[in-house]
Amino acid sequence: MTNDYRDNSPSSAEPAALPRISGSEAVIRSFLAEGVDTVFGYPGGSIIPVYDALYDYRDKLNHILVRHEQCALHAAQGYARAGGRTGVCIVTSGPGATNTVTGLADAMLDSTPVVLISGQVGSKSLGTDAFQEVNFIEITQSVTKWNCQVKRAEDIPEALAKAFYIASSGRPGPVVVDITKDAQVGMTDFEYRPVRFIRSYRPDAEIDESGILEAARLINLSRKPMALIGQGVILGGAEKELREFLEKSGIPAAATLLGLSALPSDHPQYVGMLGMHGNYAPNIKNRDCDLLIAVGMRFDDRVTGDPSKFGINAKIIHMEIDPAEINKIVYADVAVTGDVKRTLPMLTEKIAPCDRKAWLEEFRVCRNIEREEIIEPAVSPRGPHLRMGEVVDAVAQRFDDAILVTDVGQQQMFASRYFRFKRTRSIITSGGLGTMGFGLPAAIGAKIGAPDRDVCLFVGDGGLQMTLQELGTIFQSQVGVKIVLMNNGYLGMVRQWQELFYDKRYSFTELTNPDFELIARANRIPYRLVERHEDLAEAVDEMKRCEGAFLLEARVEREENVFPMVPAGMPVHDIRLE
Amino acid sequence: MEKEFIIIIFSENKVGLLSQITTVFTHRNVNIESLTASESAIEGIHKYTVVVRNDPEKVANLVKQIEKKIDVLKVFCYTPDEVVLQELALYKVQRSRNVEDLVRRHNVRILEIHDDYIVLEKTGHRDEIRELYRMLEPHGVYQFVCSGQVAIIKSRRELLNEYLAYVDERYKEHRARMAANGRD
Repeated sequence: MTNDYRDNSPSSAEPAALPRISGSEAVIRSFLAEGVDTVFGYPGGSIIPVYDALYDYRDKLNHILVRHEQCALHAAQGYARAGGRTGVCIVTSGPGATNTVTGLADAMLDSTPVVLISGQVGSKSLGTDAFQEVNFIEITQSVTKWNCQVKRAEDIPEALAKAFYIASSGRPGPVVVDITKDAQVGMTDFEYRPVRFIRSYRPDAEIDESGILEAARLINLSRKPMALIGQGVILGGAEKELREFLEKSGIPAAATLLGLSALPSDHPQYVGMLGMHGNYAPNIKNRDCDLLIAVGMRFDDRVTGDPSKFGINAKIIHMEIDPAEINKIVYADVAVTGDVKRTLPMLTEKIAPCDRKAWLEEFRVCRNIEREEIIEPAVSPRGPHLRMGEVVDAVAQRFDDAILVTDVGQQQMFASRYFRFKRTRSIITSGGLGTMGFGLPAAIGAKIGAPDRDVCLFVGDGGLQMTLQELGTIFQSQVGVKIVLMNNGYLGMVRQWQELFYDKRYSFTELTNPDFELIARANRIPYRLVERHEDLAEAVDEMKRCEGAFLLEARVEREENVFPMVPAGMPVHDIRLE
Repeated sequence: MEKEFIIIIFSENKVGLLSQITTVFTHRNVNIESLTASESAIEGIHKYTVVVRNDPEKVANLVKQIEKKIDVLKVFCYTPDEVVLQELALYKVQRSRNVEDLVRRHNVRILEIHDDYIVLEKTGHRDEIRELYRMLEPHGVYQFVCSGQVAIIKSRRELLNEYLAYVDERYKEHRARMAANGRD
């Protein structure tokens, strides 16, 4: 039995009829065959042949020259998540390759489809500690969905066909194809045959009808159910199917950080964000629920708090494409494996229409408590200084259909709490890995992936300086990203933990910052500083009016905390309002 | 409660797959008691036999994590009563009357005889192999090596073949779908 499952039979044409091209050109032509329009990359010794081939295809393939390979990955992630396509990166061997590891790990944890082409030393030099050689296959084993090394030009098209299929199918993820220099310069008869089947790979599990029936039975019996919406809904393109399920069942729905925007923020059944700094209602009501329906999410510990107390009075239905997530953290009374795009309609068909107004009303009561005690004070102009919630709210008002990109930390939580979402694929943030420095390059990728939409980045003074060099990319490639810098002179989230749990011992969390105006101006990026409540609206308007990139620096209160908060490892119903 | 499990993994014969598999064990902090790797009866398909002692829930999760690896075809997990387990051991021991007695009583093969030592081979269950070692030890064991454990399942069903037939079926469906969509 064969294990060549490429589509299209091999061409019956004589080999002479196929174009004979270099492995490098085969890389580029494989990209074009997969519909790739943009790649993010950085050249170097072992990848020069691919860049040389790229030179002839500049009119067909847009290449964004980043300033550090980690940012090629984050930009590709932003591109993939904003546009719903696979992000593509090209880097060189050795340091170019190792610099991408953080991006790969981030894409792995947040299920983002990315294909990374890394150059490698010539196959005869492999294993000799040659210049800029690292064993990249070994290094990326645990941070990729799949990887492979190609040592012959003729193997390049099939390796790339598999890479694109694996990265984007099932639960998406990052894939590395490591190509030796001799494979890049070698010649091959080029024929691209896409792969949509691999015998050892099952991207979408077979749906178990009995699971659907049992789930429907539990839903019909339940008096206090809650749906937990994860990124699986967005990745599966199941937003419509989700709404139909929710609207027939009347079930209140909360979203994980990455599931935000799958359901519009103003949907009557949307009850807020889950998690450590999520909304009060879905956390405090967790204990009261008799049924939790997890839709395309994986019970991250930032969502569950103490997992043994999560949904302590509830049965759990887990709808998930990846069988390895079932029973990993939280025991599922009913597991519905498969793409939620397929399973949700099957479930919707089997449930009885239900009105759950009284139950929804309980969430509204909690929402009002949070609004009064947390939200109103956070977003309204109070005290001598600007505060982060207020800035997010002001930006959200003027950019009412933007893609929100965040860095990691306090601004991430304020932004995800107070931004408002009208349509799907409107949040790009580093969830699983919590990568500081993710924001700026991801925003660049997002703007390129969705050029017709506004992209608003919220970033702290710490996170911005982690990938600050990408302002150069914005300048060179003219990427119209709106950057809102929340400058409090601290690594704010760590400082908050030090305040609350480490007796205010602010160990190395205070930053003495450079002049961000000079940095912006050096990169020819329009800049404005805002410090006072009364200037905020006008400053945001100026950013809105500006064509292209803009850096708005908001000097915010130095020691503000994000609330509510579930202390780490505690049950989510122990959420603290202060 | 920790129990012994025999995990049998079938995979494509791909460079680096062993390390992909062992990565799953280290990532989940599960210690490998024994591991053997070889070609399976089917050409191009590799077989790994891994013995672990751990909680059943943790092992069930581990099995799913291994199966998730793209080049892994199928993973089967057994308890010791579902399989016949064997390992092979070699002992280099000092020659003596007592050793020769043990050889006769324990059904041990003699591979080499030298003036001052003999090399013995014993195939059997791990307990028998350890037991023989304990009995030989007082008489002087110069060297002792044993292989990892290999296992054959007692069930008459050939699960890998069934799985491959199922994959073929899926592939035919895939081709039919592609043809229906107007692609080859």
